[in-house]
This record gives sequence, C-alpha cells and structure tokens, in this order.
Amino acid sequence: MIGLRVHKRREPLGWGSFLVFLAAIVLSLAICSLLLAIQGKPALSALSLLIKSAFFSAWAVEDCLVKSVPIFLCSLGVAIAFRLQVWNIGAEGQFALGAVGATWMALTFPELPWYALLPAMLAMASIAGGLWGLVPALLKIRLRVNEIIVTLMLNYIAILFLDYLVYGRWKDPASFGFPMTPEFSAGGVVGTIGASRLNWGIAVCIAAGLAMWIFLRFTRLGFELKAGGENPRAARYARLSYDRLVILVMVLSGMLAGWAGFLEASANLNRLQSSIMAGYGYTAIVVAWLARLNPLMIAVAAFLLAGLRVGLEALQLDLQVPAAFGEIMEGLILLTVLAGGFFTRYRLALRRKT
Amino acid sequence: MNPDMLVPLLAAAVQSGTPILFATLGEIFTERSGILNLGVEGIMLVGALAAFLTAKVTGSPVLGFLAGGLFGAALAGVHGLVCLTFLGNQVVSGLALTILGTGLANYLGTPYVGQEAPGFKVFALPLLSKVPLLGPILFNQDPLVYTSYLIPPLLWVFLHYTRWGLGLRAVGEYPDAALAAGLRVKGYRWVGVLAGGWLMGFGGAYLSLAYTHLWTNGLSAGRGWIAVALVIFAFWRPWRALVGAYLFGGVMAFQFRLQASGTNLPSSLLLMLPYALTIGVLVFSSWKGKGDEAPAALGINIEPSE
Repeated sequence: MIGLRVHKRREPLGWGSFLVFLAAIVLSLAICSLLLAIQGKPALSALSLLIKSAFFSAWAVEDCLVKSVPIFLCSLGVAIAFRLQVWNIGAEGQFALGAVGATWMALTFPELPWYALLPAMLAMASIAGGLWGLVPALLKIRLRVNEIIVTLMLNYIAILFLDYLVYGRWKDPASFGFPMTPEFSAGGVVGTIGASRLNWGIAVCIAAGLAMWIFLRFTRLGFELKAGGENPRAARYARLSYDRLVILVMVLSGMLAGWAGFLEASANLNRLQSSIMAGYGYTAIVVAWLARLNPLMIAVAAFLLAGLRVGLEALQLDLQVPAAFGEIMEGLILLTVLAGGFFTRYRLALRRKT
Repeated sequence: MNPDMLVPLLAAAVQSGTPILFATLGEIFTERSGILNLGVEGIMLVGALAAFLTAKVTGSPVLGFLAGGLFGAALAGVHGLVCLTFLGNQVVSGLALTILGTGLANYLGTPYVGQEAPGFKVFALPLLSKVPLLGPILFNQDPLVYTSYLIPPLLWVFLHYTRWGLGLRAVGEYPDAALAAGLRVKGYRWVGVLAGGWLMGFGGAYLSLAYTHLWTNGLSAGRGWIAVALVIFAFWRPWRALVGAYLFGGVMAFQFRLQASGTNLPSSLLLMLPYALTIGVLVFSSWKGKGDEAPAALGINIEPSE
C-alpha cells in the first residue's frame, strides 16, 4: 500500500505560501457561494457585487479606509499580545471602555477647546482601555487565571456597561428614546482631512503602526517580547521578567483598542450609542492572525476585512443577505488559512506502507 | 426566603443549568483527549438551530435533539480537521469556529426569528417527583433534564473504568508514551473532539427545544464560554461539572426572576451577573487548585517526527 508521510520543512516555502493562502481564500469563497445558493441568492453575482462595491470606486475605498481605522488599531494591540502568546480576546471590551472613557470626558467638559479636549479624551480612553487590559493581566500573572475566558467575560461586561450608560444615565433626553448620548461639542469631534470623509484617525493609525514596527524591530524590549513568546519558560528563567511583559502587552493592547473606541465615537458617530459595538474587536483577531502578527500586513488585512464589511452592506441592501454572512466569511477564511498553514510548514511525501 | 419560593427557584436553576451542563461535559471529554476546543459557543448555537429546524420540519422534538447533537459533532469535526489533520493552532481554530458558528446560526436562523417549534414539556416522574424537597426540584422536569443526569456517571465510568477511557486520558496526558504503547493517538483525539461536540450540540438543542420553544438569534448568550470556564472549575471531572452548571443555572434563574419582579436595578447591570461570576469562579479555582489538574498535553498538537 502507498500512503502519505508528513515531513517538517527545513526551509520556508517562500512564494508557495502565498499560493496556499490564495487557495485558502478561494476555498472559503466557494463555501460561501454555496451558502448563498442555499438561501436562493445568485452566488456568483453576489460575490462580484461584494468585491465591486467594496473596492471599485473612490467612495467605497474611502469607506474601507474609515472602517479600517478601528480594526487596525484593535488588531495591532491584539497582535502584540499574541506575540507573547498571551491570548487577549478582549479587544471588543477594551474598545467599549475606551469609547466610554472618551465620552465621559466629552460630556463632562464640553466647553473645552479641541486642543485640550481631544488629548484629554484620548488620555481617558487609554486609561479606561488599558485598565480593561490590566485586570486580566494581573489575574494571569498573580493567580494563573486563564486570560482567554477573563478577557471574553470582560467583553460581555463592558458592552452591558456601555448599554447601561446609553440606555440610562447618559441618554440624550432629546433622542426620542433612542439609546444614545447627546452629540459631543465641536471640541470633542475628531475632524475629517480636507474635503474627504477620512478622519485624522488614519494619522493615528500610521503613527501607531510605525511606532510598533520600530519597537518590535529596533528595541531590546521588542526583542524580549519575541523571545518571551517563542519560549515563555526559557524567557522566565533568563530573568526577562515574563510577568512584566504580560502587563506591558496587555495594557498596550487595551490602550490601542481604547483609542479605536475613542476615534469611533468621536470621529464617526460624534456621540456614544450602542450600535458602536460592531464586532471590530473580534474582526481584529482574524486580521492579526491572517497578517501573522506583522504590523504592515495587519494594515493590509485590516483594509481587506474592512472591505468585506463595506461590500456586505451592498449585499444587505440589494440581495437581503443577512449581516451575519460577514461573520461566516471571517470564520471560514481564518479556518482555511489556518489549515493551509500546514502546507507551508510541512511537506508530504509518498511512502510505501508495509 | 421560605421553601415555597425556594423550591421553584432551585427547579429553575436545574433547568437553566442543563444546557451548560451538557456543554461543560462535552468540553471535559474533548479536553481530556488533549484537544482544547474554544468553539463551544458556536457549536451550541449551530446545535440549537439544527435542533429547532429539525423539530419544526419533522414535528418530532426527539429527532430535533438528535440533530442538534449531530450538527454539533459536525462543526466540532471542522475543528478536528484543522487541528488534527492540518495541525493548526487550537486556540485560533476554536475562536474561528465560534465566529463561524455564530455567523451560521444567525445567517440561517434569521428567517425564523420568533417562530415556534415543538419542544419538550415537563414530565413529572412517577414516585420520584413525590419525594419531599428533592422531588419537585429534580424530578419535575422535562425528559432532557433526566437525560442529562445520566451523562456524568456514564462519563465517569467510561473515563476511569474502561480501557478506552484510560486510553483517552493517556492520549491527553502523555501522547508520546501513548503512541509508543501502540495507541492510536489521533483516533482517540478524533473521538474526543466528535463526542464532545455531540454533547455541546445537545446543550444548544436544549436551549431551543426546552428552555425556549422559539428561535431567537444569539440564543446561547455566552453559555458556551461559561462552559469552558466551568471545565477549569470542575478540574476536568464530570461530577464537579454538575455543581458548576447548577450554580450558574441558579444565578441565571435568580436574575431572570428579579427582572420579572420589576426591580429598580437596570437590566444591563443584572445581566452582568453570570459573566462576573464566571471570572469569580475562575479566580476561586486558581486559588483552590494547584494548577496542574489540566491534562498535561492540552492544546498541544502532535508534531510529526522527522
């Protein structure tokens, strides 16, 4: 009999790994079209509509860029934690807390000019988001509590807390019962760049991305982060202070997601409302993993998955495809790419079974 | 509180704890084989929808329940494929599975939101339900609750007193040694993943067929994640899962009653209770446990030799 035997690759696959990646995407798109067909939608024209309305006009690309901002920031944070193999699934909650912190500032000091209010909002978002990252970090290093579940539970709690505020305490009396705060004063709104619909959040992204790249590549701490992740035990014995690294990455991670929450509330909605929770924190995990935790690739993947969301809006309008289709695509793409990783790490050889 | 109020509350605790119990037992089984499956939430949702639709179409809740398990196992099979066949990262695969399962249930279930399906009704067991105190709490429930009572003892006997159970545990603890001893490590892990997924699917089916009899999106509301936490609380032992599941069932039933009684507390703060308690339970388990109760090879793939 002839069977297959798995060998570890000695050299990386190079361009082949890009082909594997493409094959994985094609496979997930094929499964998605099948799902569209099940509900009686024209699968092929739906997929082409998705891609066309996401990337084939200046208006759409602008939309994609606007949506990339929160995804990119959350994903950058998630990636830095993942590098240490600290599984921060809490970007969603840290995002919510950041938005809440910034909103508190904006509602408490509406008379401040923008050059005082915006930095204050950013600071408050950092504190609130960072705190939401610090809690699981402390529980992890002091008591060895599993951070995956704690960060996830903190997501639920943060979202409910946000709801509590916008449905009650902070509700705008003039909102006709809609769960939203009053609009921020002019000083609390991050403006758009020139005549475009892009806001200055893009600049924040570029700065944060560059800083992260420099940090990971050129600083000792950044190197420790990599060493710590690849072999936590060795790093601990080498006195690289694993515990401090965990706190650092979790707080940083929370802060970045908090910034995303601040920008989303201030620049896009100009207020806090419960619809701000659009699942960017979970998309960020998909993005981070697709990009193999590399800052530049995260920017690309964030743009592509933002495009998926933009294209999906067209599908919802034109073909009444439920919004959950986006989650299916994200889940499938992540699973197929994860499985495809096998072919980049191992090679198959024929062997004769005796 | 007088017994007149306490007994219905405890009975409700058992009922709300049952889906969590199914899911926790499923995850215990999977983790005992060395595979970490974080897709429980997604698997429960898909199981719930499959059960609901099958019961609606066939008119048989029993078939619905079985379909819930079958589809739960099928989705868990995707995890098996990614982690066992393609050696993907178990944490990421589980998260992706939750995203996929949530999406699938919402996508395919949206047309049915608010619709009803035939479900299971309370069936008082003769004699047993007449036992004072325990009778009305434990034996005045629906048939699925009685089914769930059978699983912890069966799982316990299987894991500790059968060859296959011993093999499954060996594979979760020392896969290299198990392989050297001639055990089919991957085969055992596949069984762990599929049978565990089957039980998680049952948990979801309970939600749509007995807990509510109608479909709403996001039915599981984090119960899958609570189950993952309860596995740690239970120290991977089936009996302790009972305690954890009913504790959470109690909190959920209590919160539901408090809300229905028209309290002044905002509902969003009340809804936080189970999630906050989950963190509390984890902290308690870490403080109480020595930290080495987890199967030694949990979450670690078996790398092929050169």
